[in-house]
Amino acid sequence: MELIFEQSVPGRTGISLPAIDVPEEAIESLIPAEYLRRESPGLPEVSEGEAARHFTRLSRRNFGVDTGFYPLGSCTMKYNPKVNEDIARLNGFTRVHPYQSEDTVQGCLELLYHMDRCLSELTGMARVSLQPAAGAHGELTGLMMMKAYHENRGEGHRKKIIVPDSSHGTNPASAQMAGLKLVEIKSGKNGRLDLDELKKAVDGQVAGIMLTNPNTLGLFESDIAEIAEIVHSAGGLLYNDGANANAILGISTPGDMGFDVVHLNLHKSFAAPHGGGGPGSGPVGVKEHLAPFLPKPLVEIKGDGSYYLEYNRPLSIGKVRSFYGNFGVVVKAYAYILTMGPEGLRQAAEDAVLNANFLMKRLKDYYDLPYDQVCKHEFVLSGGRQKEKGVNTEDIAKRLLDYGYHPPTVYFPLIVKEALMIEPTETENLETLERFIEAMIQIAGEVDEEPEKVRLAPHTTVVGRLDAVKAARKPVLRWKP
Amino acid sequence: MYPYLPITSEDRRRMLQAVGVEAIEELFVDIPSVMRCKGRLNLPGPLSEMEMARHMKALAGKNKNLDDNPCFLGAGAYDHYVPSIINHILLRQEFYTAYTPYQPEVSQGTLQAFFEYQTMICELTGMEVSNASVYDGASALAEAVAMACQATRRGEVLLSRAVHPEARQVVKTYSHFSSVNVKELGYQNGLTGAGEAEELINNQTSAIVVQNPNFFGALEELAKFAELAHRHKALLIVSADPIALGLLKPPGESGADIVVGEGQPLGNPLSFGGPYFGFMATTEKLMRRLPGRIVGQTADSEGNRGFILTLQAREQHIRREKATSNICSNQALCALAAAVYLTVLGKKGLRQVAELCLQKAHYTYRSLLETGKFASTFTAPFFKEFAVTGQEDAAVVNARLMENKIIGGYPLARDYPELKNALLIAVTENRTRDEIDRLVKYSVAT
Ligand SMILES: Cc1ncc(COP(=O)(O)O)c(C=O)c1O
Repeated sequence: MELIFEQSVPGRTGISLPAIDVPEEAIESLIPAEYLRRESPGLPEVSEGEAARHFTRLSRRNFGVDTGFYPLGSCTMKYNPKVNEDIARLNGFTRVHPYQSEDTVQGCLELLYHMDRCLSELTGMARVSLQPAAGAHGELTGLMMMKAYHENRGEGHRKKIIVPDSSHGTNPASAQMAGLKLVEIKSGKNGRLDLDELKKAVDGQVAGIMLTNPNTLGLFESDIAEIAEIVHSAGGLLYNDGANANAILGISTPGDMGFDVVHLNLHKSFAAPHGGGGPGSGPVGVKEHLAPFLPKPLVEIKGDGSYYLEYNRPLSIGKVRSFYGNFGVVVKAYAYILTMGPEGLRQAAEDAVLNANFLMKRLKDYYDLPYDQVCKHEFVLSGGRQKEKGVNTEDIAKRLLDYGYHPPTVYFPLIVKEALMIEPTETENLETLERFIEAMIQIAGEVDEEPEKVRLAPHTTVVGRLDAVKAARKPVLRWKP
Repeated sequence: MYPYLPITSEDRRRMLQAVGVEAIEELFVDIPSVMRCKGRLNLPGPLSEMEMARHMKALAGKNKNLDDNPCFLGAGAYDHYVPSIINHILLRQEFYTAYTPYQPEVSQGTLQAFFEYQTMICELTGMEVSNASVYDGASALAEAVAMACQATRRGEVLLSRAVHPEARQVVKTYSHFSSVNVKELGYQNGLTGAGEAEELINNQTSAIVVQNPNFFGALEELAKFAELAHRHKALLIVSADPIALGLLKPPGESGADIVVGEGQPLGNPLSFGGPYFGFMATTEKLMRRLPGRIVGQTADSEGNRGFILTLQAREQHIRREKATSNICSNQALCALAAAVYLTVLGKKGLRQVAELCLQKAHYTYRSLLETGKFASTFTAPFFKEFAVTGQEDAAVVNARLMENKIIGGYPLARDYPELKNALLIAVTENRTRDEIDRLVKYSVAT
């Protein structure tokens, strides 16, 4: 398909602008000539209709949650309610400047204040900052607070952060950015944190541990109380990567599990859309002892019931982005909480877990299931058996495209070979699950009977399998005439 | 009962049976009972769609919005016009409900749009390589500082005080934790002190960081800072206003090594501060140090052109703690809005918008000075935003403006105590002459 630049014809435009209605002056008299552009930027020249058609055609080369089943593990691709899109677009929300005086933005502040309360309740934390823009940003913010906490107690030597080998890549990367020293520990045979490994790693240098719970295998860390005890008694803190909160909302809280800090992904568990890669929102919640370190500002309420932005927070780590976070995303997630209520959120978690267990049970005869036990909202299969027959997990994923499904997350977590991480979410019905099971079984059969068909998949997409090596070897990262 | 939950009680019964358990509780036995939520959580809802919408409209109604109150507030977030087409494109479910394009064969829409976006950012900034966005302009600047320190293996930066105060705070937060030493450069007449930079730069300086137009709206002499930085084998990082780049020389041409900026002005609503996006571009030499997603062109086995996430050896999912950054999700849909915006404006439209801003801002500036109640705070050339110093407290001026349904400028004393009574006024193409005249009228006490 043509690039927009290849459709450009000099003289076309997609916008009509008003004439200048103020007395004009020569540009060169306002801006020194040496500061001015000699040539216009090479932007496309197309009419509005051509632009509309171009981007619509592009959209048809994409797969969204409304297109079909999207069991992308760890990403919680649940349905994104339409009304929330409308709500976030109310001009009382979109047409508001972040620096307006507080008395003119009471609605925004009230919403942020209540969202802090809701998320605190759901996580068992004291306060929540809505500033981080995504999960990884929440991790970084949380780790910074942990480090600041230790520094404030005169224990700045605590720089060691323990991360299991099953963790998401953002965990070690965030630790690095927070200036912490990473200690990666191996997961135990049952797919959970190995307590002996943990005890070996914990000492007086430990700042804390980062744990995803349920973990990236979809398993609940049942030893969490003991883990918390080990880390806390050594003076460390517990960070919860809450990417997998969809399994536990309304059922248990990270606070009750013993975590000191948690981030949530509103673009996963709280039905805000992922936008093809963002914007997300990664609020971070903390218990009382860490609250002074939260980014500034926080929204507070005055005696007269009005809301304000509190910047006077001397122990705060500062700011991690401008303004107050991805407000528009927070609006959608808040609308979601209102429509679900506590019972609905709990029901969602239960259905998500039921859907996952149902799929797991029905697929485990056809694919390897390295950790065969009750799962939470997702589970991880291995394509090991198929690999021995010369078909790898990537091939299986690509073949699923031909069946009209978005593939699961593949090759993650790293501790499972040929991993297929499947997360159905609660918004999928039984019929969809049955059809997906059927497709997975059929592909398993194809691996035996027509392996080439799987190896060369996909056969039905707008482009065939793309050459990643070529892309990286001689990078072409922009169009040139 | 819940419109988003299709599983019926009959389904549940059948599924539990298939799984081999009697009750849903059995699927949660791995969560110790002491950790189970007891009683009803203290949350609002559940509300029907109608009730929820009514509640949210009431909240939105408590805000004074810019449709009713013309806005002269900028300071890093601008009331530029957002063409109608953008929302229609963003609301295509194929775009907004998709995840990051991990499976390129079914994500060519997002990937090609990013490739086009990257090209546009390169064109605007005069740089060779762009990523597919980061969180916002401030975090883009912090990422750029980290990138410069990695690239030069040095641990200090010179950061102009004429850079957005919030962006400076974010740079300082990130830098504190990664042990980067931030030294601030003062300003004179609204411009970054070049002499001071000359004095402070040394063989530990990784980069000089300036903003253009800077926080005061004034235009910096970028080439001078580029020359100084390069003479000391340091980099020049420029934070730029993308609308200004319709008119101004691209920072790349002045010698910038990394160009970042707040992308909000490109087709994204103000939305009380977010979601926005940070753009980030650099040279080919530094391309492998860029954080975030980058889309590259490739082909399938039949030679059809296609696009794919590339140079992933920089990223957290491959390199973990050795990655250039921890960023995973970015601000994709906001970047798509920018791509649509720059497409419909095109070559001429962007320049026209920039000229409208320039002329209207200067008209506003002249008119305010003509009242005799305001003096120029600085005399450096500016683009769409400028500072004036009044005779009353900025809050008094703004309160009077608000009474007359006008959102006034940014009180600079908030961040610069030395700039008492100074207001930073932004004028976009969205302001009419009538609105400007009203601003001028009510800025003055009667
Ligand atoms: C377990 C886990 N942690 C962290 C992240 C990072 O979240 P985000 O992409 O919002 O930064 C993800 C998302 O892929 C994840 O699955």
